[in-house]
Amino acid sequence: MTAPVQAAPEGSATTDSALVLEVRGLSKSFTVGSIGRRRRVRALNGVDLRLERGEVLGLVGESGSGKTTFARALAFLDSPTGGEIWLEGVRQPLQPTPRDLHRYRSRVQMIFQDPYASLDRLHTVYRTLSQPLRSFRIAPASQTRAACAELLESVGLVPATDFLDRYPHELSGGQRQRVGIARALAARPALILADEPTSMLDVSIRLTIMNLLLDLQQGRALSLIFITHDLAGANYVSDRIAILYAGHLLEIGPASALMHDPYHPYTQLLRKAAPDPQGGFRRGERFDASGEPPDLTELAPGCPFVPRCPQARAACHPHLPAWRELGGQHRVRCVLYD
Amino acid sequence: MTLRAFLTNRRAMAGAGILVFFALLAGLAPLIAPYSPTNINFPPMLGPSAAHLLGTTANGQDVLSQLIWGSRDTLIVGLVTATLISGIQLIVGIFGGYVGGWIDEVLSMLTNIFLVMPGLPLMIIVAAYVTVKGTVPIIFVITVTGWAWGARVLRSQTLTLRSQAFVEAAQLSGESRWRIVLTHIVPNMAGILVANFFGAALYAVLSEAGLEFLGLGNVNTVTWGTMLYWAENDEALLMGLWQWMVLPGVCIALLGTAFGLLNFAVDEVVNPRLRRT
Ligand SMILES: Nc1ncnc2c1ncn2[C@@H]1O[C@H](COP(=O)(O)OP(=O)(O)O)[C@@H](O)[C@H]1O
Ligand SMILES: [Mg+2]
Repeated sequence: MTAPVQAAPEGSATTDSALVLEVRGLSKSFTVGSIGRRRRVRALNGVDLRLERGEVLGLVGESGSGKTTFARALAFLDSPTGGEIWLEGVRQPLQPTPRDLHRYRSRVQMIFQDPYASLDRLHTVYRTLSQPLRSFRIAPASQTRAACAELLESVGLVPATDFLDRYPHELSGGQRQRVGIARALAARPALILADEPTSMLDVSIRLTIMNLLLDLQQGRALSLIFITHDLAGANYVSDRIAILYAGHLLEIGPASALMHDPYHPYTQLLRKAAPDPQGGFRRGERFDASGEPPDLTELAPGCPFVPRCPQARAACHPHLPAWRELGGQHRVRCVLYD
Repeated sequence: MTLRAFLTNRRAMAGAGILVFFALLAGLAPLIAPYSPTNINFPPMLGPSAAHLLGTTANGQDVLSQLIWGSRDTLIVGLVTATLISGIQLIVGIFGGYVGGWIDEVLSMLTNIFLVMPGLPLMIIVAAYVTVKGTVPIIFVITVTGWAWGARVLRSQTLTLRSQAFVEAAQLSGESRWRIVLTHIVPNMAGILVANFFGAALYAVLSEAGLEFLGLGNVNTVTWGTMLYWAENDEALLMGLWQWMVLPGVCIALLGTAFGLLNFAVDEVVNPRLRRT
């Protein structure tokens, strides 16, 4: 990993052109409560990530760990409160102008978790898909319909002419999510953020949608951040996996390493909870998840996992453990491996 | 399917029926009304008779003709005021809710000020200071005092819609703010807008009647409100001319009921939680 360029001016370029995304110290806090009782929810705390062209990164964490916050911050749906976002070598301003946003979003798209809420019930599929085609000038007006049909075919909604003029209520959950995927593809982005794209779908079609995403990603050399709470699912789709807990990355590395040889006690816990394709469930061990995720308004200085960690010790408390390199891009943030 | 729900809604149909009845009355007034409503050449204070089905006023005008012609002014005031109120609500509510920031704070403060000011007293004071009497100032006064509540409803609806995933998805699709407002936010609030329109019309009809009854309108125009004013002034009930006093009130109540029913029915259709049977 290259040393972070200190205070690089916005809009300047890095050297590594294979990098699609580099995130440094990304933080997001929300101010909640009314005047006098204002508190800060520190949902994302100094996340560092690098993503190469055509790479799939699985972002795994339990509910409330900050996965959606991360995706939304990266999509500038909520502006990050700190850190740096570098897209294709260019640093993005954290207070983007509409023009900045437009340019950024032509490169970064998102697939939403809820396929029901993410389509306007009053718009046909055609109308939904033609939006990005028009605003990012992907297809001239005369060819919008053909381009929409092509998009639908690429996500497996065939014959496309059957689907173009349908309203969301005329589609199943899986079909809606395919439309959501087509919409994200329409802009021809370099990076797609997929926030638990299958968690609200029937179990029977989850795998189909994951495979579809993988096919599209490979066919177009797309980079993909696949967000999920399920380590096994992440292992299935990802080249690398990053583990998020209380807005902190705790471990990151090749997918198979995290799946089969997890280092961080939290990753080990997730591993036990994940359905094991080989060994099957070991039910007795299933989530000894004593306790809740920590209160994000008063995070102690040490490792955020301490209150639930079976191997917590004194060294965990004073400050956040530094990253330990385990070789082969595998890194963990835990004092056990000093 | 929303239209079907509306068409099979009993309240909606009753409201629409009354409204159509008065609209026909107003539109065809020159044809149906037996006399000119301002003709004062009849014997005053007649009871119902074949020549004057509802009798005459203390000034010798035909009550039936006045009732029929009066529907015009009342309908116009109701619909025009409702349109103005809806427009203001739409702009203030959606603009504040979607743009946010200091614009929203200023608009919200303004809304709240108008909200806490009691409507009728304010209306009376404003009307008393307006020197030109007539329909236009009445519309103005009712509009100024009547927009705030709906604006607040629309603002909170806008806030809800703005954070919906489909709106955020449209943002990611590169849509401009104004296209999002026009193609996503407003259409998704259509039901509330229509319900609010009828609510405003109800408010306008009742307010107009109240102001004119108090003599704050132009008492020389023929409206149900001024009919009430003259009937009260000339002690119609003492004279036994009950139809002169009661029927304008009945018409106001009926038209108000029609707008109220439509308001409620639209609310019911777009907000299925309110639906009972
Ligand atoms: N708009 C918000 N305002 C306040 N707190 C928020 C907001 N969005 C998320 N949070 C908080 O941030 C934390 C992380 O949430 P989220 O990113 O949705 O987690 P995940 O997607 O991993 O389930 C949670 O504690 C949540 O309550
Ligand atoms: Mg989430």
